[in-house]
Amino acid sequence: MTLEGTSVVLHDAVSMASGFPLLSGVDVELHSSSLTVLVGANGAGKTSLLRLLAGLIPLSAGEGSVLDMDLATVDRRQLRRRVGWLGHEGSFYDDLTVTENLVFAAKALGRPVDELPTVLERVDLSGRRDTVAKQLSAGQRRRLGLAWLLLRRPELWLLDEPYASLDDEGRTFFDALLGDVVARGATVVVSAHDPLRSVHLHPRTLSMAGGRIVSES
Amino acid sequence: MIRVALLVAGKDLRVERRSRVLLWQVVPFGVMALLLCGLALGSAQAGHSSAAPGLFYLVVLLVALLMINRSHAIEATPGTRASVATLGLDPAGVFLGKAAALAVELWLSAIVLLAGAVLVLHTALHGTLVACPSILVTLGAIAAAGTLYGALTSGGNAAATLLPVLSLPTFAPLLIAGERSFYSALHGGALLEWWVISLVALAVYLALGILLYGVLEES
Repeated sequence: MTLEGTSVVLHDAVSMASGFPLLSGVDVELHSSSLTVLVGANGAGKTSLLRLLAGLIPLSAGEGSVLDMDLATVDRRQLRRRVGWLGHEGSFYDDLTVTENLVFAAKALGRPVDELPTVLERVDLSGRRDTVAKQLSAGQRRRLGLAWLLLRRPELWLLDEPYASLDDEGRTFFDALLGDVVARGATVVVSAHDPLRSVHLHPRTLSMAGGRIVSES
Repeated sequence: MIRVALLVAGKDLRVERRSRVLLWQVVPFGVMALLLCGLALGSAQAGHSSAAPGLFYLVVLLVALLMINRSHAIEATPGTRASVATLGLDPAGVFLGKAAALAVELWLSAIVLLAGAVLVLHTALHGTLVACPSILVTLGAIAAAGTLYGALTSGGNAAATLLPVLSLPTFAPLLIAGERSFYSALHGGALLEWWVISLVALAVYLALGILLYGVLEES
């Protein structure tokens, strides 16, 4: 069902939890090597859409395909291995050090740990490699989350409000890294309360309300 | 599965070593509970009391409930839960790893509590040592069952309340078997039969966990 060069296709996608509709008919196509920003108020369905794309919640009705896998029939664990998730509340173990967190992720995925120094350098956390995660600042925690994703190299990046509590320097760093990732062919979907300030990334902005996409700019 | 189990067990034990919840919160609580039990029995009664094995397992139960909640709390942050889920780890391996880490924590607690039982409840050292294999197996079974129930209740608002309510009917036969075998080791009696019950329970809960943990995680 996925068209060539398209990472995500959803048609009238509905997702329910305990009888409550989290998504109530989402239609969208996301292309490879693109950056999409989901904006909307709290409860609009941004995080639920990201969770559906990550295989964390099931597709209840409609049709959907992510990375050529049909959401109706796929073993969601297989899908999850190909996507990367970064939540705004932290995406790792607070009592482990930066290095221990990344080694855990690398070993879980069967990736070589000798890439760690390069990744830490990339996110500017080399000097913090032995710091326990809970002692990192908000910006550093976000960088650790990015390092986790860089190590994994997922095809689809799903970032849930990654700009929350970041200062201007942190946002600039984040934008630059996302630009690189998109240029290398990954599909990036970001949820945010407001449209991105950085215009050089040329993001596609989708507005959500009531569990569906209501406008695009 | 074994690779994932070793990875998860190592991670859980590393988290525990760093947070020191077991060392500074749980074990002192258990020692204090044993001390109060010893004071309640009185020094003259304690050595001859048949209550010592039961009191030991009562304290073990409280320690186990605290540690089971703790074991699942480290995964409970929504962001951590989501990003670890996207690692696509084999649920059977995750279960075995978490159960193994919990068992190690319970065994370490038991060493301190058994020393406390000898000192405070005046249980015979030889009988206590004879009881050790059955205690190892019983705590292993509690760890396996507790990991299953922890997954069942974690993420809910009332996890700390639900866990003891749901798990006690399962723990009860394990605790009785453990207490009986400890008692037999101290005072003579059918040690092996009770030990076999714990061993069978351990095998059953390991098998159930390997089969069901993925379903519980998804739900």
